Amino acid sequence: MTSTATADQAPLAHAHGGKPMIELRSVHKWYGEFHVLKDISLQVGKGERVVVCGPSGSGKSTMIRCINRLEEHQRGQIIVDGIELTSDVKNIEAIRREVGMVFQQFNLFPHLTVLENLTLAPIWVRKMPKKEAEETAMLYLERVRIPEQAKKYPGQLSGGQQQRVAIARSLCMKPQIMLFDEPTSALDPEMIKEVLDVMIGLARDGMTMVCVTHEMGFARTVADSMIFMDRGEIVEVATPQEFFANPKSERTKLFLGQILAH
Amino acid sequence: MSDITQPEIALPSEKPPAATLGAIGWLRTNLFNSISNTLLTLFAFYLIVVLVPPLFRWMFIDSTWIASSGKDCRASAGACWAFIGEWYRFILFGRFPYAEQWRPLIVIFVFIAMFLASCDRRLWGGKLIAIWLGGGALAIALMFGGFLGMTYVETSLWNGLPLTLILAVFGMLFAFPLAIMLALGRRSNMPAVHSLSVAYIELIRGVPLITILFMASVMLPLFLPSGTTIDKLLRAQIAIILFAAAYLAEIIRGGLQAIPKGQYEAADALGLSYARKMRLVILPQALTMVIPPLVNTFIGTFKDTSLVLIIGLFDLLTTANTSLTDANWRGFYWEAYMFVGAIYWCFCFFMSKYSQYLERDLNRTNLRRG
Repeated sequence: MTSTATADQAPLAHAHGGKPMIELRSVHKWYGEFHVLKDISLQVGKGERVVVCGPSGSGKSTMIRCINRLEEHQRGQIIVDGIELTSDVKNIEAIRREVGMVFQQFNLFPHLTVLENLTLAPIWVRKMPKKEAEETAMLYLERVRIPEQAKKYPGQLSGGQQQRVAIARSLCMKPQIMLFDEPTSALDPEMIKEVLDVMIGLARDGMTMVCVTHEMGFARTVADSMIFMDRGEIVEVATPQEFFANPKSERTKLFLGQILAH
Repeated sequence: MSDITQPEIALPSEKPPAATLGAIGWLRTNLFNSISNTLLTLFAFYLIVVLVPPLFRWMFIDSTWIASSGKDCRASAGACWAFIGEWYRFILFGRFPYAEQWRPLIVIFVFIAMFLASCDRRLWGGKLIAIWLGGGALAIALMFGGFLGMTYVETSLWNGLPLTLILAVFGMLFAFPLAIMLALGRRSNMPAVHSLSVAYIELIRGVPLITILFMASVMLPLFLPSGTTIDKLLRAQIAIILFAAAYLAEIIRGGLQAIPKGQYEAADALGLSYARKMRLVILPQALTMVIPPLVNTFIGTFKDTSLVLIIGLFDLLTTANTSLTDANWRGFYWEAYMFVGAIYWCFCFFMSKYSQYLERDLNRTNLRRG
């Protein structure tokens, strides 16, 4: 993991070697007049797990949504798996095939069964035969431990189950990278663990992951590095041990004090 | 009841109070549950007593079923159904060659068969589209004739109910895809596509259908190079398609707007192209949501086809009007309009019931968000 809050910091040697899977170079973004991302630079290597945290409105969701172009950046470069994100639709679709995303609100397709949710993109985007897509889908449903729900509609499942289906849906595309945008924030407390367990399993299997989350226990368990964002900039980048034991910036200390207080 | 822990002695279940059950209970809760409701019930009952028996008497008891001319009918005070018996073939088929009227009759049944086929959800998708395109082509072929020993019949003789059905069914069939494109166009980020869609929708919605029909029948030929003619029926058909599309487009746009942004984003994130995102994820949900107003517009379009009488096409209403001019059977307006009205009502009521069934069916399986 190499990330630079300021340009003069030399990039660290990459732990896993090779080219980074995700690279952001001085990315800026504005919503109208509002400068939501300020000079964001970041590298994520293959198999690396990055947890992004920060107060609400700090731009962390916007940042990861830029990585698969759900949001458009206005200055700087974003390179995913060697492909630069431009307004070229071909590039965008190529990147989206390699990048899975899990949303806070699950965003399952309510008019399709769980199985159909999982096979839709493999069939239409990857051109997989239906039978093969269904077999793959069942494999991933077993992995998130709900194969028995395959024929149900999303509305019939609990929040935790829906989020696990959403994770399985992304995995069916066999992505190289998984982005998680506050995946447990909309869940009832008793369902958070079942979703985190699935994510920890993924991390163990070596998936490249970028997670926006406030689950600090999860961060300690899986993160290779922590990124703290505030007011549109990356304030601090550290290993979890360092990040929680001796945060350097005052803003990080304040934030950690607030979320770890209770 | 849960099976976790029962109290040691369960309370026996008792019967509910008698007043909430049976016919009396139903009357109480539905007709007499408040003073205003009681008054309304009594008033409605009074209206039924005053209106229904005379109508029934006119329609069935005093009515004349067999008569050779209008004079025989006038002897009694009731309806003259003999008039319909004499004229129903003209009202249904108009000036279509008499010996060939089995053809428009089959066309009517082809349309009814297509409506019924649409009720079977197992046929939905490619099969149903094939049925409609095939059925539509068959209907047109039967009307034209000119093969297999059937005489050629020009479109000016396509009259009555088949004409109404052709205008309505083809109107909706072609307006629907056009409307989807307009609705998507209006929500497009591309300025040219957006402005064109907005201009089209607002222009058409700002003009009455009659004006568009007039323009199609009177003005359009003036602009065409001399010598080229477009069939009058085709011009009216195109006018109806263009008109219905503008209204349908706005309804569909409403449905598109009601789909949460997350659905678009999830489809994008999975790498679906724009066309697939719309076809597989967004439109199925959006269209389900707007079934009631869609059917409302379908019913409206079906009845609006009667405006083609303005440009001299003989639809169901025009043939009924024409039948009223027969010197032997003058003045049987009630009978003629009731007959035509009943036909319109059957089709519209079917559409209404169909939409209710669809809504229930689609809601049962999905869209109930958790």
